[in-house]
Amino acid sequence: MAKAHVTTTINGDEYEFLCEPGQTLVDAIRNGLGLTGTKEGCSTGDCGACSVMLDGELVCSCLVLAVEADGKAVETIEGMAEGEDELHPLQRNFLELNGLQCGICTPGILIAARALLERNPDPTETEIRFWLAGNLCRCTGYDKVIRSVQAAAEEMREA
Amino acid sequence: MASILENSGFNPDKELKVVGTNPVKQDGPDKVTGRAKFGADLILPGMLFGKILRSPHPHAILKSIDISKAEALPGVKAVVTRDDFPELPLGTPGGDLSRNIMAREKVFYDGHPVAAVAATSEPVAKRAIRLIEVEYETLPHVIDPVEAMQPGAPILHDHLRTKGVEGAEDAPTNIVERLDLAMGDVEAGFAQADVVIEREYDSKPMHQGYIEPQGCVANCNEDDQIELWCCTQGTHVFRDRLADILRLDSSRIKVMQSEMGGGFGGKTGFYGEPLAAVLSKKARRPVKIVLTRNEVFRCTGPVSGTRSRIKMGCTEDGKIVAAEAELIFQTGAFTGSMFFNAPHAMFTRYALENIKTTAWEVVSNRPKVNAFRAPCVPQIVFGVEGIVTELANKIGMDEIDFRLKNAATEGYTTLYGATFGPIGFVETLEAAKKTDHYNSPVKPGEGRGVSSGFWFNRGGDTTGSLTITPDGSVNLMLGTSDVAGSRVSISMMAAEELGVPLEKVRANFADTSAIGNNRVTAGSRTTFSSGMVIVDSARQAIDKMVARAAEIWGVSPEEVTFEDGHCRPASANVGDFEPLSIKDIASRTSVSHGAIAGHSEMNVTGEGPGFGVHIVDLKVDRGTGRVDVTRYTVIEDAGKAIHPLQVEGQYQGGAVQGVGWALNEEYIYREDGTLDNPSFLDYRMPVASDVPMIDTVIVEVPNPNHPYGLRGVGEVPVVPTLAAIGNAIGDAIGIRPQSLPMSPPKLLELMDGGETRAAAE
Repeated sequence: MAKAHVTTTINGDEYEFLCEPGQTLVDAIRNGLGLTGTKEGCSTGDCGACSVMLDGELVCSCLVLAVEADGKAVETIEGMAEGEDELHPLQRNFLELNGLQCGICTPGILIAARALLERNPDPTETEIRFWLAGNLCRCTGYDKVIRSVQAAAEEMREA
Repeated sequence: MASILENSGFNPDKELKVVGTNPVKQDGPDKVTGRAKFGADLILPGMLFGKILRSPHPHAILKSIDISKAEALPGVKAVVTRDDFPELPLGTPGGDLSRNIMAREKVFYDGHPVAAVAATSEPVAKRAIRLIEVEYETLPHVIDPVEAMQPGAPILHDHLRTKGVEGAEDAPTNIVERLDLAMGDVEAGFAQADVVIEREYDSKPMHQGYIEPQGCVANCNEDDQIELWCCTQGTHVFRDRLADILRLDSSRIKVMQSEMGGGFGGKTGFYGEPLAAVLSKKARRPVKIVLTRNEVFRCTGPVSGTRSRIKMGCTEDGKIVAAEAELIFQTGAFTGSMFFNAPHAMFTRYALENIKTTAWEVVSNRPKVNAFRAPCVPQIVFGVEGIVTELANKIGMDEIDFRLKNAATEGYTTLYGATFGPIGFVETLEAAKKTDHYNSPVKPGEGRGVSSGFWFNRGGDTTGSLTITPDGSVNLMLGTSDVAGSRVSISMMAAEELGVPLEKVRANFADTSAIGNNRVTAGSRTTFSSGMVIVDSARQAIDKMVARAAEIWGVSPEEVTFEDGHCRPASANVGDFEPLSIKDIASRTSVSHGAIAGHSEMNVTGEGPGFGVHIVDLKVDRGTGRVDVTRYTVIEDAGKAIHPLQVEGQYQGGAVQGVGWALNEEYIYREDGTLDNPSFLDYRMPVASDVPMIDTVIVEVPNPNHPYGLRGVGEVPVVPTLAAIGNAIGDAIGIRPQSLPMSPPKLLELMDGGETRAAAE
């Protein structure tokens, strides 16, 4: 089968790769490019573990074809920390408030939460819960996830 | 050599500097940056991709498998079937396990593996499995456990005879075992009762629901040494079972744990891992297998569905005088449900004298069940605590007071024979009674439910090591799994023992070749048990440092004491010596005496039973039957919270898993015996917008058998949930549901036989 040629940027770095026309973006970035920070939990867009940004839009990368990333900018968890040692306030608050247990859903939740705070710097608890309703977490019961997002939002508003 | 087995007691006077604080866990930074490596994240040079062909039938004779076309496909490097596994005897643990991993004579459930392929890419592997030709002779199937018990039901295993039944007729059956337990005299007990309530309940299988599908890479080298990287709750158990079903020496298998994206019991057993190992052996290349979510639902987990009849009686002044139960557990296609936990635990927390239980384990054409938090207990406590609340209501007693009146305390001997040491059920109930939640009025239109639960907590086979480096920093080697943050809690105990900052302690996970046996991480045992062996190891290391300090000073070891991370003269009479830090001693003596280390292997005993009480408020939409949980409080005895934020996390996570099980989650089978809802869309787990904040109260009644008093906190939080929600729904709509899940259609039926719905439409 003829492979497709894709040119894209991931976290600001240029990437070129070949993929099968039916290959998903999550498969291409994980198994093709070795960027395994993005997780795959269901392949049907129900769990949100594979959340990434595609040209500024929050998407499930299991529902996007790799060829759709051609000419676009992809942002993944690997690009979330600002510089070498500077964690994003969301990352830091998840650590300090124990917003993660096993951590498999964490990359997707962080990407989704950052997208929320970019649109709405001061979300209510209900707004956070509904925004993150597409990101399943089986460990935490969501309490400390929501509190971590609230704390990060407050910190970012004050910054 | 000092051992905490001689001096393991909890010391309430010890001043704690690290234990009880909330440091960031060591694995956290890699997990928030995407650098942590989970089961599916390993990529090896030359790695192949494995795919599994699964049965579309729930029950069939496997007549023939033709793999020739698949083998001929370019890019395919190995195809394996039953012929690539040793034939182990039917009805043995290894024989069952082997047949569950790869079907042999028959397929027993929708999704049962019949072949596997390793190829140079996933698309090629997928194409290859479609080229495998399998001839099935389909057989009648049975899904429901009660139907499976009836005469004339389709028989899964011709060799099966019921264990525990005297003179069981010599005919095949689907009933694996009957377990009868009794204490006291239930007839005499019920004769004293003023109120007796008897109800029947049922529950459906639910799935553990971990977000990470099982993923592994197996690599069989040219010396036939198998290395297996995988997400697992028990590296040593995986090793030993793999050795068993492949008839290999355990020493030829090295299991390495990845980070694990949730397990909850579901990763105590393996599925694709042995197939990857055999494919790798055949292909002579590393093989990765990652299950799809569809495979996870159809073929891993789930939890036992149940039918139960429970009867309890009390006097009008509130003493429970007798309890009786008959319980049926479906175990899937093979035995192994741990159904005995239910009779052991269901009434345990009440000081009952008269109990009689009969429990059955039954096979049917479903995937073999696997453990889930407090295996087999919550779905039965759903009934028990419903009756407890109903009894309290009938005699007009506050339901927490009713539970307090019957609460077990130290010295009570349980149905399973153990006598309780100091336990915190009374303290937990009293704490529940004091919560703001319990003392706030129920909002108009809402209902409130209370329930309690018990779990044994576990110890068992555990090994660990602690090494002090020449610069005084500390490495731990653990062989248990970290399911949610145990490594930081265990490191905190090591730091506390050694009097060093937590930053000086790093926890590592050994592969199975590098450390002695460890039982699975399950049953709320890991922080307790691995904590024990690491504290023991630390105390051994301290003894060595004391001996070395004594040698440096030319005094006897008895004249040296260790505190705050330093060896000091035990008294002024010993001499005027500057204290020696761990670093001083390690750096001065490592060349002359060797490294300072401690190592401990134990079958850890002394686990402290755990008790919890849940309070929930909710509202039921009378038009749709939807339930909204509006307030939730978990009160539970941790013994001692080593890392309180993580303990709270266990309480909250367990409760929300229980919310899903209570309200939505169930396996739904089609008439043809195939699973109808193997996706997160159709199998509805709670999402963030489904639940409120979960308030927690950590009760601390120390376990006297642990140096830091801890009990274990993972299982208890899910035990009371289903019953608490059931009781709250009962309070809201006036009828207490008896069938799980309490999904909208069932609640509509209960409320008015569906008339409300008709009116709404």
